[in-house]
Amino acid sequence: MIVIINYGMGNVGSVLNMVQKVGAEVVVSSDPQVIKESDKLILPGVGAFDQGMQNLEELHLRELLQERVIQKKTPILGICLGLQLFTRRSEEGSRAGLGWLAANTLRFQLERSSEPLRTPHMGWNTVRPVREDSLLKGLEKENRFYFVHSYHLACEDATDVIGKTLYGYEFDSVIRRGNIMGTQFHPEKSHRFGMQLLKNFVRDV
Amino acid sequence: MLQTRVMPCLLVLDGALVKTVRFKDPHYIGDPINAIRIYNEKEVDELIVLDIGATPGHNGPPFQLLSEITNECFMPMCYGGGIRSVDEIRKIFALGVEKVALNSIAADDPSFVKRVSAEFGRQSIVVSVDARKTGHGYDVFTRGGRQPTGEEVVAYARRMESLGAGELLLTSIDRDGTMEGFDVELVRSVTACVRIPVIACGGAGSLKDIKTVVHQGKASAAALGSLAVFHGQNRAVLIGFPRRTDLVRLLEEVSA
Repeated sequence: MIVIINYGMGNVGSVLNMVQKVGAEVVVSSDPQVIKESDKLILPGVGAFDQGMQNLEELHLRELLQERVIQKKTPILGICLGLQLFTRRSEEGSRAGLGWLAANTLRFQLERSSEPLRTPHMGWNTVRPVREDSLLKGLEKENRFYFVHSYHLACEDATDVIGKTLYGYEFDSVIRRGNIMGTQFHPEKSHRFGMQLLKNFVRDV
Repeated sequence: MLQTRVMPCLLVLDGALVKTVRFKDPHYIGDPINAIRIYNEKEVDELIVLDIGATPGHNGPPFQLLSEITNECFMPMCYGGGIRSVDEIRKIFALGVEKVALNSIAADDPSFVKRVSAEFGRQSIVVSVDARKTGHGYDVFTRGGRQPTGEEVVAYARRMESLGAGELLLTSIDRDGTMEGFDVELVRSVTACVRIPVIACGGAGSLKDIKTVVHQGKASAAALGSLAVFHGQNRAVLIGFPRRTDLVRLLEEVSA
Protein backbone atom coordinates (compact mmCIF):
# COMPACT_ATOMS: atom_id res chain seq x y z
CA MET A 1 0.00 0.00 0.00
CA ILE A 2 1.28 3.45 -0.99
CA VAL A 3 0.31 6.35 1.26
CA ILE A 4 0.16 9.91 -0.03
CA ILE A 5 0.73 12.08 3.01
CA ASN A 6 -1.95 14.69 3.41
CA TYR A 7 -0.56 17.54 5.50
CA GLY A 8 -2.65 20.42 4.20
CA MET A 9 -0.22 21.63 1.53
CA GLY A 10 -2.33 21.71 -1.60
CA ASN A 11 -4.59 19.33 -3.44
CA VAL A 12 -3.38 15.78 -3.75
CA GLY A 13 -6.25 14.61 -5.97
CA SER A 14 -4.28 14.51 -9.20
CA VAL A 15 -1.37 12.66 -7.51
CA LEU A 16 -3.84 10.10 -6.18
CA ASN A 17 -5.49 9.67 -9.56
CA MET A 18 -2.24 9.26 -11.43
CA VAL A 19 -0.86 6.69 -8.96
CA GLN A 20 -4.14 4.76 -9.22
CA LYS A 21 -3.87 4.93 -12.98
CA VAL A 22 -0.50 3.19 -12.96
CA GLY A 23 -2.17 0.38 -11.05
CA ALA A 24 -1.05 0.79 -7.47
CA GLU A 25 -3.03 0.46 -4.27
CA VAL A 26 -2.91 3.91 -2.78
CA VAL A 27 -4.60 6.02 -0.10
CA VAL A 28 -4.37 9.63 1.03
CA SER A 29 -3.89 9.94 4.76
CA SER A 30 -2.41 11.84 7.68
CA ASP A 31 -3.20 9.02 10.11
CA PRO A 32 0.02 7.79 11.82
CA GLN A 33 -1.34 4.22 11.96
CA VAL A 34 -1.93 4.17 8.20
CA ILE A 35 1.48 5.68 7.51
CA LYS A 36 3.11 3.06 9.77
CA GLU A 37 1.66 0.26 7.67
CA SER A 38 2.65 1.70 4.30
CA ASP A 39 5.10 0.11 1.87
CA LYS A 40 5.91 3.37 0.15
CA LEU A 41 5.26 7.03 0.84
CA ILE A 42 4.67 10.10 -1.28
CA LEU A 43 5.12 13.59 0.18
CA PRO A 44 3.58 16.10 -2.23
CA GLY A 45 3.18 19.78 -1.49
CA VAL A 46 2.63 23.26 -2.81
CA GLY A 47 3.26 26.29 -0.63
CA ALA A 48 5.77 27.76 1.78
CA PHE A 49 8.61 25.80 3.42
CA ASP A 50 7.92 26.89 7.02
CA GLN A 51 4.21 26.17 6.70
CA GLY A 52 4.99 22.69 5.40
CA MET A 53 7.29 21.90 8.33
CA GLN A 54 4.84 23.39 10.81
CA ASN A 55 2.01 21.25 9.44
CA LEU A 56 4.10 18.07 9.64
CA GLU A 57 4.96 18.86 13.25
CA GLU A 58 1.40 19.70 14.24
CA LEU A 59 0.22 16.40 12.80
CA HIS A 60 3.00 14.63 14.79
CA LEU A 61 4.39 13.26 11.56
CA ARG A 62 7.94 14.47 11.85
CA GLU A 63 9.24 11.75 14.18
CA LEU A 64 7.14 9.12 12.51
CA LEU A 65 8.54 9.97 9.07
CA GLN A 66 12.04 10.01 10.50
CA GLU A 67 11.49 6.49 11.84
CA ARG A 68 9.88 5.16 8.64
CA VAL A 69 12.32 6.71 6.19
CA ILE A 70 15.63 6.70 8.09
CA GLN A 71 15.35 3.60 10.30
CA LYS A 72 12.97 1.37 8.30
CA LYS A 73 14.17 2.57 4.88
CA THR A 74 10.65 2.93 3.51
CA PRO A 75 10.90 4.35 -0.03
CA ILE A 76 9.61 7.93 -0.18
CA LEU A 77 9.05 10.27 -3.11
CA GLY A 78 8.96 14.00 -2.43
CA ILE A 79 7.28 16.22 -4.98
CA CYS A 80 8.18 19.92 -5.29
CA LEU A 81 7.88 21.38 -1.76
CA GLY A 82 7.75 17.81 -0.45
CA LEU A 83 11.26 17.25 -1.83
CA GLN A 84 12.53 20.58 -0.51
CA LEU A 85 11.46 19.57 3.01
CA PHE A 86 14.02 16.71 2.81
CA THR A 87 16.83 19.31 2.93
CA ARG A 88 18.40 20.87 6.02
CA ARG A 89 17.02 24.33 5.44
CA SER A 90 15.57 26.68 2.85
CA GLU A 91 16.26 30.28 1.95
CA GLU A 92 12.48 30.63 1.86
CA GLY A 93 12.03 30.19 5.59
CA SER A 94 13.62 29.92 8.99
CA ARG A 95 12.52 26.49 10.22
CA ALA A 96 14.79 23.47 10.04
CA GLY A 97 13.90 20.96 7.35
CA LEU A 98 13.87 17.18 7.75
CA GLY A 99 17.61 17.13 7.02
CA TRP A 100 17.65 13.77 5.26
CA LEU A 101 19.84 15.04 2.44
CA ALA A 102 23.16 16.88 2.59
CA ALA A 103 21.48 19.71 0.75
CA ASN A 104 19.91 23.11 1.16
CA THR A 105 17.05 24.74 -0.71
CA LEU A 106 18.14 27.93 -2.45
CA ARG A 107 16.38 30.79 -4.18
CA PHE A 108 16.93 30.99 -7.95
CA GLN A 109 19.79 33.37 -8.71
CA LEU A 110 18.87 34.66 -12.15
CA GLU A 111 20.21 38.20 -11.93
CA ARG A 112 23.33 37.31 -13.84
CA SER A 113 21.66 35.13 -16.45
CA SER A 114 22.00 36.37 -20.00
CA GLU A 115 18.37 35.72 -20.88
CA PRO A 116 15.57 37.71 -19.24
CA LEU A 117 14.39 34.89 -16.97
CA ARG A 118 11.93 35.29 -14.16
CA THR A 119 11.03 33.36 -11.06
CA PRO A 120 9.10 31.31 -10.49
CA HIS A 121 10.35 28.89 -13.06
CA MET A 122 6.90 27.96 -14.36
CA GLY A 123 6.22 25.81 -17.37
CA TRP A 124 7.39 22.73 -19.24
CA ASN A 125 11.04 21.85 -19.18
CA THR A 126 13.24 18.78 -19.61
CA VAL A 127 15.39 16.73 -17.27
CA ARG A 128 18.89 15.65 -18.24
CA PRO A 129 19.61 12.35 -16.52
CA VAL A 130 23.11 12.45 -15.04
CA ARG A 131 23.16 8.91 -13.66
CA GLU A 132 21.40 5.72 -14.60
CA ASP A 133 18.60 5.05 -12.15
CA SER A 134 15.44 2.97 -12.10
CA LEU A 135 13.39 6.06 -11.17
CA LEU A 136 14.19 7.57 -14.59
CA LYS A 137 13.73 4.36 -16.55
CA GLY A 138 12.21 5.01 -19.96
CA LEU A 139 12.72 8.74 -19.59
CA GLU A 140 16.34 8.92 -20.71
CA LYS A 141 15.78 9.85 -24.34
CA GLU A 142 12.69 12.04 -24.23
CA ASN A 143 10.95 13.74 -21.35
CA ARG A 144 8.94 16.85 -20.57
CA PHE A 145 7.85 17.89 -17.08
CA TYR A 146 5.84 20.72 -15.58
CA PHE A 147 7.65 22.95 -13.08
CA VAL A 148 6.38 25.71 -10.76
CA HIS A 149 8.96 26.86 -8.20
CA SER A 150 11.11 29.77 -7.07
CA TYR A 151 13.52 27.65 -4.98
CA HIS A 152 15.55 24.59 -5.87
CA LEU A 153 17.79 22.01 -4.23
CA ALA A 154 21.56 22.29 -4.09
CA CYS A 155 23.01 18.90 -3.12
CA GLU A 156 26.48 18.67 -1.61
CA ASP A 157 26.84 15.02 -2.52
CA ALA A 158 26.78 14.86 -6.31
CA THR A 159 25.85 11.16 -6.22
CA ASP A 160 22.44 12.11 -4.75
CA VAL A 161 21.53 13.85 -8.01
CA ILE A 162 20.14 11.76 -10.87
CA GLY A 163 18.65 14.52 -13.03
CA LYS A 164 19.34 18.16 -13.75
CA THR A 165 17.32 20.90 -15.43
CA LEU A 166 18.43 24.08 -17.16
CA TYR A 167 16.79 27.35 -16.22
CA GLY A 168 19.33 30.13 -16.33
CA TYR A 169 21.74 27.50 -14.98
CA GLU A 170 21.49 23.80 -14.27
CA PHE A 171 19.90 22.91 -10.96
CA ASP A 172 19.26 19.55 -9.25
CA SER A 173 15.78 18.46 -10.34
CA VAL A 174 15.65 14.70 -9.60
CA ILE A 175 17.14 13.26 -6.45
CA ARG A 176 17.87 9.71 -5.33
CA ARG A 177 19.67 8.69 -2.18
CA GLY A 178 18.77 5.05 -1.62
CA ASN A 179 15.14 4.99 -0.47
CA ILE A 180 14.88 8.80 -0.52
CA MET A 181 13.72 10.19 -3.86
CA GLY A 182 12.23 13.39 -5.13
CA THR A 183 11.37 15.55 -8.10
CA GLN A 184 11.30 19.32 -8.27
CA PHE A 185 8.65 19.14 -11.00
CA HIS A 186 5.08 17.87 -10.74
CA PRO A 187 4.79 14.37 -12.24
CA GLU A 188 1.02 14.54 -11.66
CA LYS A 189 0.84 17.46 -14.11
CA SER A 190 3.21 15.99 -16.66
CA HIS A 191 1.13 13.52 -18.67
CA ARG A 192 2.75 10.25 -19.72
CA PHE A 193 6.22 11.34 -18.62
CA GLY A 194 5.01 11.97 -15.09
CA MET A 195 3.05 8.74 -15.22
CA GLN A 196 6.15 6.82 -16.28
CA LEU A 197 8.09 8.24 -13.34
CA LEU A 198 5.34 7.34 -10.88
CA LYS A 199 5.12 3.89 -12.43
CA ASN A 200 8.88 3.49 -11.87
CA PHE A 201 8.45 4.56 -8.26
CA VAL A 202 5.56 2.14 -7.75
CA ARG A 203 7.16 -0.88 -9.45
CA ASP A 204 10.91 -0.59 -9.73
CA VAL A 205 12.45 1.14 -6.77
CA MET B 1 12.90 25.73 -24.05
CA LEU B 2 10.25 28.34 -24.31
CA GLN B 3 7.85 27.16 -26.93
CA THR B 4 4.61 28.42 -28.32
CA ARG B 5 1.80 26.88 -26.34
CA VAL B 6 -1.46 25.69 -27.86
CA MET B 7 -4.28 24.94 -25.47
CA PRO B 8 -8.00 24.23 -25.33
CA CYS B 9 -10.20 26.95 -23.87
CA LEU B 10 -13.24 25.23 -22.41
CA LEU B 11 -16.43 27.02 -21.43
CA VAL B 12 -18.66 25.69 -18.70
CA LEU B 13 -22.17 26.80 -17.79
CA ASP B 14 -24.13 25.24 -14.92
CA GLY B 15 -21.58 22.43 -14.75
CA ALA B 16 -21.86 21.48 -18.42
CA LEU B 17 -19.37 21.99 -21.20
CA VAL B 18 -20.75 24.45 -23.77
CA LYS B 19 -19.55 26.41 -26.79
CA THR B 20 -20.74 29.87 -27.78
CA VAL B 21 -20.72 31.87 -31.01
CA ARG B 22 -19.74 35.52 -30.53
CA PHE B 23 -20.35 34.96 -26.80
CA LYS B 24 -23.99 33.97 -27.45
CA ASP B 25 -26.10 30.83 -27.82
CA PRO B 26 -24.22 28.40 -25.57
CA HIS B 27 -24.45 25.05 -27.29
CA TYR B 28 -24.34 21.97 -25.06
CA ILE B 29 -21.24 19.86 -25.73
CA GLY B 30 -21.12 17.37 -22.88
CA ASP B 31 -19.40 16.56 -19.64
CA PRO B 32 -16.28 18.63 -18.87
CA ILE B 33 -14.60 15.78 -16.98
CA ASN B 34 -14.90 13.51 -19.98
CA ALA B 35 -13.31 16.22 -22.16
CA ILE B 36 -10.43 16.58 -19.74
CA ARG B 37 -9.73 12.86 -19.82
CA ILE B 38 -9.45 13.11 -23.60
CA TYR B 39 -7.07 16.09 -23.37
CA ASN B 40 -4.95 14.03 -20.96
CA GLU B 41 -4.64 11.39 -23.67
CA LYS B 42 -3.74 14.06 -26.22
CA GLU B 43 -0.99 15.43 -23.94
CA VAL B 44 -2.21 18.98 -24.13
CA ASP B 45 0.27 21.60 -22.80
CA GLU B 46 -2.16 23.46 -20.63
CA LEU B 47 -5.88 23.95 -20.19
CA ILE B 48 -8.10 26.98 -19.72
CA VAL B 49 -11.53 26.54 -18.13
CA LEU B 50 -13.92 29.50 -17.98
CA ASP B 51 -17.28 29.44 -16.23
CA ILE B 52 -19.30 31.85 -18.38
CA GLY B 53 -22.26 31.87 -16.00
CA ALA B 54 -20.33 32.64 -12.82
CA THR B 55 -20.26 36.44 -13.11
CA PRO B 56 -23.56 37.09 -14.93
CA GLY B 57 -25.39 34.68 -12.59
CA HIS B 58 -23.60 36.01 -9.47
CA ASN B 59 -22.70 32.41 -8.65
CA GLY B 60 -19.02 32.76 -7.92
CA PRO B 61 -16.51 30.09 -8.96
CA PRO B 62 -17.84 26.48 -9.07
CA PHE B 63 -15.52 25.01 -6.43
CA GLN B 64 -17.01 21.53 -6.48
CA LEU B 65 -16.64 21.25 -10.26
CA LEU B 66 -13.09 22.63 -10.07
CA SER B 67 -12.17 20.02 -7.53
CA GLU B 68 -13.53 17.27 -9.80
CA ILE B 69 -11.64 18.74 -12.74
CA THR B 70 -8.26 19.10 -11.00
CA ASN B 71 -8.48 15.54 -9.72
CA GLU B 72 -8.61 14.35 -13.34
CA CYS B 73 -6.38 16.94 -14.91
CA PHE B 74 -2.82 15.71 -15.54
CA MET B 75 -1.73 19.05 -16.97
CA PRO B 76 -1.48 22.61 -15.66
CA MET B 77 -4.70 24.57 -15.66
CA CYS B 78 -6.01 28.13 -15.61
CA TYR B 79 -9.49 28.93 -14.28
CA GLY B 80 -11.60 32.05 -14.86
CA GLY B 81 -15.16 33.11 -14.05
CA GLY B 82 -16.84 34.89 -11.16
CA ILE B 83 -13.72 35.56 -9.10
CA ARG B 84 -14.25 38.53 -6.76
CA SER B 85 -11.99 37.99 -3.76
CA VAL B 86 -8.51 37.03 -2.58
CA ASP B 87 -10.00 34.19 -0.55
CA GLU B 88 -11.62 32.70 -3.63
CA ILE B 89 -8.28 32.73 -5.43
CA ARG B 90 -6.56 31.09 -2.47
CA LYS B 91 -9.23 28.40 -2.43
CA ILE B 92 -8.86 27.81 -6.19
CA PHE B 93 -5.08 27.39 -5.89
CA ALA B 94 -5.55 25.02 -2.96
CA LEU B 95 -7.66 22.83 -5.27
CA GLY B 96 -4.64 22.36 -7.53
CA VAL B 97 -5.25 25.03 -10.17
CA GLU B 98 -2.06 26.84 -11.29
CA LYS B 99 -3.45 30.13 -12.63
CA VAL B 100 -6.57 32.26 -12.40
CA ALA B 101 -8.01 34.49 -15.12
CA LEU B 102 -9.55 37.76 -13.99
CA ASN B 103 -11.95 39.60 -16.25
CA SER B 104 -14.85 41.67 -14.83
CA ILE B 105 -13.11 42.23 -11.48
CA ALA B 106 -9.99 43.55 -13.24
CA ALA B 107 -12.04 46.23 -14.99
CA ASP B 108 -14.18 47.04 -11.93
CA ASP B 109 -11.27 47.25 -9.51
CA PRO B 110 -7.86 47.39 -11.21
CA SER B 111 -6.14 47.60 -7.80
CA PHE B 112 -7.30 44.00 -7.24
CA VAL B 113 -4.93 42.86 -10.00
CA LYS B 114 -2.06 44.60 -8.24
CA ARG B 115 -2.99 43.15 -4.87
CA VAL B 116 -3.30 39.55 -6.00
CA SER B 117 -0.25 39.57 -8.23
CA ALA B 118 1.78 40.78 -5.24
CA GLU B 119 0.25 38.11 -3.03
CA PHE B 120 0.33 35.09 -5.34
CA GLY B 121 2.99 36.07 -7.87
CA ARG B 122 2.32 37.45 -11.30
CA GLN B 123 2.94 34.12 -13.01
CA SER B 124 -0.35 32.87 -11.60
CA ILE B 125 -2.45 35.92 -12.52
CA VAL B 126 -3.88 36.05 -16.04
CA VAL B 127 -6.01 39.01 -17.04
CA SER B 128 -8.69 38.02 -19.49
CA VAL B 129 -9.52 40.77 -21.99
CA ASP B 130 -12.60 40.45 -24.15
CA ALA B 131 -12.43 42.88 -27.08
CA ARG B 132 -14.91 43.85 -29.77
CA LYS B 133 -14.38 45.97 -32.83
CA THR B 134 -16.09 49.35 -32.65
CA GLY B 135 -16.17 52.33 -35.02
CA HIS B 136 -12.79 53.60 -33.89
CA GLY B 137 -10.86 50.45 -32.94
CA TYR B 138 -11.25 47.76 -30.29
CA ASP B 139 -12.97 48.24 -26.95
CA VAL B 140 -12.93 46.07 -23.86
CA PHE B 141 -16.16 44.44 -22.66
CA THR B 142 -16.86 42.62 -19.40
CA ARG B 143 -19.59 40.39 -17.93
CA GLY B 144 -19.38 37.91 -20.76
CA GLY B 145 -19.28 40.62 -23.42
CA ARG B 146 -22.45 42.26 -22.16
CA GLN B 147 -20.99 45.41 -20.64
CA PRO B 148 -18.86 47.97 -22.46
CA THR B 149 -16.10 49.52 -20.38
CA GLY B 150 -15.43 52.30 -22.86
CA GLU B 151 -11.74 51.44 -22.65
CA GLU B 152 -9.56 50.99 -25.68
CA VAL B 153 -7.88 47.57 -25.75
CA VAL B 154 -4.20 48.53 -26.07
CA ALA B 155 -4.28 51.11 -23.29
CA TYR B 156 -6.17 48.64 -21.13
CA ALA B 157 -3.71 45.82 -21.82
CA ARG B 158 -0.76 48.04 -20.96
CA ARG B 159 -2.42 49.12 -17.75
CA MET B 160 -3.06 45.50 -16.73
CA GLU B 161 0.56 44.66 -17.46
CA SER B 162 1.77 47.52 -15.28
CA LEU B 163 -0.57 46.40 -12.47
CA GLY B 164 1.04 42.99 -12.42
CA ALA B 165 -0.78 40.71 -14.85
CA GLY B 166 1.55 37.84 -15.72
CA GLU B 167 -0.22 37.00 -18.93
CA LEU B 168 -3.12 38.24 -21.04
CA LEU B 169 -5.86 36.04 -22.43
CA LEU B 170 -7.03 38.16 -25.36
CA THR B 171 -10.35 37.09 -26.82
CA SER B 172 -12.02 38.50 -29.90
CA ILE B 173 -15.76 38.55 -29.21
CA ASP B 174 -16.46 38.97 -32.93
CA ARG B 175 -14.53 35.83 -33.86
CA ASP B 176 -15.57 33.60 -30.92
CA GLY B 177 -17.00 30.34 -32.22
CA THR B 178 -16.88 31.42 -35.87
CA MET B 179 -13.79 29.38 -36.82
CA GLU B 180 -12.98 32.15 -39.32
CA GLY B 181 -9.46 32.67 -38.02
CA PHE B 182 -8.02 34.80 -35.24
CA ASP B 183 -8.34 38.57 -35.38
CA VAL B 184 -4.66 39.03 -36.18
CA GLU B 185 -4.95 42.82 -36.27
CA LEU B 186 -6.30 42.85 -32.72
CA VAL B 187 -3.65 40.44 -31.47
CA ARG B 188 -0.81 42.29 -33.19
CA SER B 189 -1.94 45.65 -31.80
CA VAL B 190 -1.68 44.27 -28.26
CA THR B 191 1.47 42.15 -28.61
CA ALA B 192 3.27 45.18 -30.10
CA CYS B 193 2.67 47.14 -26.91
CA VAL B 194 3.14 44.69 -24.02
CA ARG B 195 6.02 42.44 -22.95
CA ILE B 196 4.02 39.80 -21.10
CA PRO B 197 2.79 36.71 -22.97
CA VAL B 198 -0.46 37.07 -24.89
CA ILE B 199 -2.71 34.06 -25.42
CA ALA B 200 -4.80 34.67 -28.52
CA CYS B 201 -8.35 33.34 -28.36
CA GLY B 202 -11.37 33.47 -30.63
CA GLY B 203 -11.67 32.29 -34.21
CA ALA B 204 -9.30 29.33 -34.54
CA GLY B 205 -10.65 27.08 -37.28
CA SER B 206 -7.53 25.34 -38.59
CA LEU B 207 -3.85 24.69 -37.97
CA LYS B 208 -3.09 27.43 -40.46
CA ASP B 209 -4.91 29.94 -38.26
CA ILE B 210 -2.65 29.02 -35.34
CA LYS B 211 0.42 29.56 -37.48
CA THR B 212 -0.86 32.92 -38.68
CA VAL B 213 -1.62 34.29 -35.22
CA VAL B 214 1.80 33.23 -33.95
CA HIS B 215 3.70 34.39 -37.02
CA GLN B 216 1.88 37.63 -37.81
CA GLY B 217 0.09 38.33 -34.57
CA LYS B 218 3.18 37.52 -32.46
CA ALA B 219 1.01 35.65 -29.97
CA SER B 220 2.89 33.61 -27.34
CA ALA B 221 0.11 31.06 -27.23
CA ALA B 222 -3.07 30.13 -29.05
CA ALA B 223 -6.27 29.00 -27.36
CA LEU B 224 -8.68 26.77 -29.24
CA GLY B 225 -12.41 26.74 -28.52
CA SER B 226 -14.52 25.24 -31.32
CA LEU B 227 -11.50 23.47 -32.78
CA ALA B 228 -11.13 21.51 -29.53
CA VAL B 229 -14.79 20.40 -29.33
CA PHE B 230 -16.14 20.23 -32.88
CA HIS B 231 -15.21 18.27 -35.94
CA GLY B 232 -15.92 19.19 -39.55
CA GLN B 233 -18.02 21.88 -41.18
CA ASN B 234 -21.25 20.69 -39.60
CA ARG B 235 -19.77 21.22 -36.16
CA ALA B 236 -20.35 17.67 -34.99
CA VAL B 237 -19.36 17.37 -31.34
CA LEU B 238 -16.02 15.61 -31.09
CA ILE B 239 -13.59 16.38 -28.30
CA GLY B 240 -10.17 16.41 -29.87
CA PHE B 241 -6.96 18.28 -30.34
CA PRO B 242 -4.33 18.70 -33.03
CA ARG B 243 -1.56 16.12 -32.76
CA ARG B 244 1.51 17.29 -30.93
CA THR B 245 3.81 16.30 -33.78
CA ASP B 246 1.72 18.39 -36.19
CA LEU B 247 1.85 21.40 -33.87
CA VAL B 248 5.59 21.07 -33.39
CA ARG B 249 6.14 20.90 -37.15
CA LEU B 250 3.79 23.83 -37.73
CA LEU B 251 5.42 26.05 -35.14
CA GLU B 252 8.96 25.12 -36.17
CA GLU B 253 8.08 26.46 -39.59
CA VAL B 254 7.15 29.73 -37.92
CA SER B 255 10.45 30.11 -36.13
CA ALA B 256 12.50 28.93 -39.12
